[in-house]
Amino acid sequence: MTSLHPIILILVTGVPLFGALLLMAFPNRDRDIRWFALIVTLVEFVLSLHLPVYFRAEKAGIFQFEINRAWITSPNIHFHLGVDGISLWLVVLTTFLTPLCVLISWNSIHERVKEFFILLLILETAMIGVFVSLDMFLFYVFWEATLIPMALLIGIYGHERRIYAAVKFFLFTMVASVFMLAAIIWLYAKTGSFDFADIQHAIQMGSIPGFAVAAPWLFLGFFVAFAVKVPLFPLHTWLPDAHVEAPTAGSVLLAGVLLKMGTYGLLRFNVGLFPDQARRNAPWIMVLALIGIIYGALVALVQPNLKKLIAYSSVSHLGFVVLGIFSLTQAGINGAMFVNLAHGVSTGALFMLAGILHERRHTYEISEFGGLATPMPMYASLFLFITLSSVGLPLLNGFIGEFLVLSGAFQARALYGVLAATGVIWSAAYLLWVYQRTFFGVNGNPKNANLHDMYPLEKIAVLPTAFAALIMGVAPILWLKAIDPAVHSILQSHPFGQITARVVGQ
Amino acid sequence: MILQLTALPNQIMQPPNVDYIRILPELVLSAFGMLIMVLDPVIDQRRAAKTLGFVALLGALASVAATFLQAGSPGEAFSHMVRVDNFSIFFHIVILAIVVLTILTSFEYMETQRIRAGEYYGLILMGAAGMCLMTSAVELVLIFIALEISSISTYILAGFLRSDPRSSEASLKYFLLGSFATAFFLYGVALMFGATGSTSIAEISTALRTGYVPTLAFVAVAMIFVGLGFKVGAAPFHVWTPDVYEGAPSPVVGLMSTAPKAATFAVLLRIIFEARVPGTFWLVWVAAVLSMTLGNLGALRQSNIKRMLAYSSIAHAGYLLVAFASAPASGVPSAMFYTASYAAMNVGAFAIISHIGNYGERYVSIDDYAGLGRRHPFLAAVLTVFLLSLIGIPATGGFFAKFYVFSAALHANLVGLTILGVINSAIASYYYLRVIVVMYMNEPQGEVVPLTPLPAGVSMVLVLSLLATLYLGIVPGAVLTYAQDSVRNLTHEVGYQLSAISHQR
Repeated sequence: MTSLHPIILILVTGVPLFGALLLMAFPNRDRDIRWFALIVTLVEFVLSLHLPVYFRAEKAGIFQFEINRAWITSPNIHFHLGVDGISLWLVVLTTFLTPLCVLISWNSIHERVKEFFILLLILETAMIGVFVSLDMFLFYVFWEATLIPMALLIGIYGHERRIYAAVKFFLFTMVASVFMLAAIIWLYAKTGSFDFADIQHAIQMGSIPGFAVAAPWLFLGFFVAFAVKVPLFPLHTWLPDAHVEAPTAGSVLLAGVLLKMGTYGLLRFNVGLFPDQARRNAPWIMVLALIGIIYGALVALVQPNLKKLIAYSSVSHLGFVVLGIFSLTQAGINGAMFVNLAHGVSTGALFMLAGILHERRHTYEISEFGGLATPMPMYASLFLFITLSSVGLPLLNGFIGEFLVLSGAFQARALYGVLAATGVIWSAAYLLWVYQRTFFGVNGNPKNANLHDMYPLEKIAVLPTAFAALIMGVAPILWLKAIDPAVHSILQSHPFGQITARVVGQ
Repeated sequence: MILQLTALPNQIMQPPNVDYIRILPELVLSAFGMLIMVLDPVIDQRRAAKTLGFVALLGALASVAATFLQAGSPGEAFSHMVRVDNFSIFFHIVILAIVVLTILTSFEYMETQRIRAGEYYGLILMGAAGMCLMTSAVELVLIFIALEISSISTYILAGFLRSDPRSSEASLKYFLLGSFATAFFLYGVALMFGATGSTSIAEISTALRTGYVPTLAFVAVAMIFVGLGFKVGAAPFHVWTPDVYEGAPSPVVGLMSTAPKAATFAVLLRIIFEARVPGTFWLVWVAAVLSMTLGNLGALRQSNIKRMLAYSSIAHAGYLLVAFASAPASGVPSAMFYTASYAAMNVGAFAIISHIGNYGERYVSIDDYAGLGRRHPFLAAVLTVFLLSLIGIPATGGFFAKFYVFSAALHANLVGLTILGVINSAIASYYYLRVIVVMYMNEPQGEVVPLTPLPAGVSMVLVLSLLATLYLGIVPGAVLTYAQDSVRNLTHEVGYQLSAISHQR
């Protein structure tokens, strides 16, 4: 299998797109189309497992499986792909969630089935491309490329206010990312290269004329683009709309992967390229993250709509990630990366579960439900499991990441740690409360009495996430052993003057 | 001194034969244009439209062949009035490609609108001859004549939907304001002659660089810029654009929003970067910012797709002008690339509009596009690509066009202009997106737009412009390299060649 090394990233990035192209030529038989999409995404998942299997964790700080070919000579754009410990698991997260999205959409998408799966597959290629691109131009291309399929998924297959949500989503992201484009072009105009490593090197050597003056603006340019995507308070307003209106698969990928593109970008570009600016701006960014954590949780607490509640819980959880990254400590960033993955798994699962309920009752209003544990025992227990993992119960995936982030925040500033810790309490409050209102109590509404428990297909879609949540909680080392050295090398190559004690291997 | 030649009759010699090769594309176009005029009354009326269309197509293709032929013998002709170089060949190809696509679109259009074709195709070829000549002329009076040839044809073409008062209004407005603009241009040329003693671009360049620059030269430059600004529809000289684009026949709008603009931008490039006249920086800067902003803000409120694209063309003229404020080495190639990719997407978009418009161009409201994604997936998908390209989404020509322009500007340290540019392109995404939303997410309300089968001509246009848009967006290298090579002829100086865009590691 090692013979795959030189082309594995091309395969992993290209297979879904290739599948989408084949699907375009497919006859219009919905059943075949679903099976085909499932097979493509499963093959893709198996292929992507090549990466962690052959990944050399001791060298996680440098890019592996690199491929670098000239694409366009002027401007000097390379088809340069590679993964390090930061991006490795995000790729696998993407390939893990996409087949589940195919399964959960199996029966819920009836119209324009072919287009749906074509968009889904194109989206998968674009998302993976974002994580593996080492050429900033290529990165931007993939970044923008995620936008269109996602906007179409929301706008065509979503609920009532889908068009408003799709346009809002598109515009927020588009407007923000042109600032990133301006920053990328500036760097290119001054260095003549789009290559991430080259630009990083040039910045470290101080060989870019005018960099000192431009750096704050460049940092802001990148920051705005990523902060909207994360989304960081106060740029989060597109998220609840997009989530509520999106079809289930759209929500899963939006929360599970697209938001991670923002945090990934913050770490890779904002911290990786502009360490001085990152340190200088860390205080106010952390304050925004804290506001996001607490505000997101409080708003989630009072949401009458189940999907909106999960959406706001994302704002809160992603606040943890940003807090961890800008604590600029080993523990904090490790934790941030781990929360990224954990949130992807458990929030993805929550959205699938919410979608299953919507299938049956065509509503997300929490007040419509109650006592669901009686007709749907299997569903109720899976929901509880995922809820607990999202709350951060020890031995499930949510705990370890938040713990690391909190310890990083305490190292950066004790007050931040204290405030962030309240977020954990809040999340327990809103999630357990919604669980209680939905599943326990009196079954007031007769419509709920005869709801069917989970169908086999739904079980197949949700159970993998539950397993993943458990394994991630019990053996986080499997993930951290790749993340930790990569984070270490980011922190070590810059004089952050913070505690960079390794978490793993001591 | 071109103007003195007439005073010295014994110096006038027969121009060498190669001189004719250097205007061969224009000659071919004029010959075919006249042939159409002659043929029109003699052939059978029922088949006239098709036949004349094919003759015109043949003429345009022959002219393309002539352009390739003349590429083998670059150089000056007719006492330094015409120069064939990479620069002129690039624009010849762009203009002729637009003309070919326009003719193909017009086949169906002529039929559905029930217009007598006759001089329509002749005028297109005549206009094309003028536009082509604009790009190879290096003498201001000749440029003026070429400009007039192209303008007069387009004035008439704009009014070709004779039954529609909007079309006549468009023609008249275009004519009045256009004549006004050419007067400005001519006045500027006269003043430039007064200031430098020549109308040849090369000699103006020498005069302005070696000696004292009289105030008159600045006034002349301003006049010339106003005249050409009108022609490209740059703010603040843009007010005619929406009305004219709304009223004129759609294939003609596709033509006149791209080809004469490309030619005029070529002239502007020669004047600004080859003659290197003084004092253009702020003129261009202000016009660029105004065009981008007014164009995009205006487009936000339009419900008629032709008017929307008219405002969008103002905005695109603004983006293009950003390149004119940059240094020549990166500004010229980026402007050239921009005209090519804008032509590809805009001609394609107007082909779709003229197909959907139906008799009397009834269906030109954005709401008429509702449900197109379901009813005609191919048309909707192609229009989506053009619109995404107009927004500037990666993997389309429009993206690289903007990209090159903004990197040229940043390389010249025009940070403010670039920021305004990118903010504008973000605003612009809203109104293009709206059309995509309507096509895919809305259902038609009220009257359902009848969709006729896609004729071969329009399909060819769509496929060709789609391929061009994607080609420029995925492998832009070849076109850009060609454009960069042509800068060498334009600026003469080796020192100029330190290009940001061709920067190699």
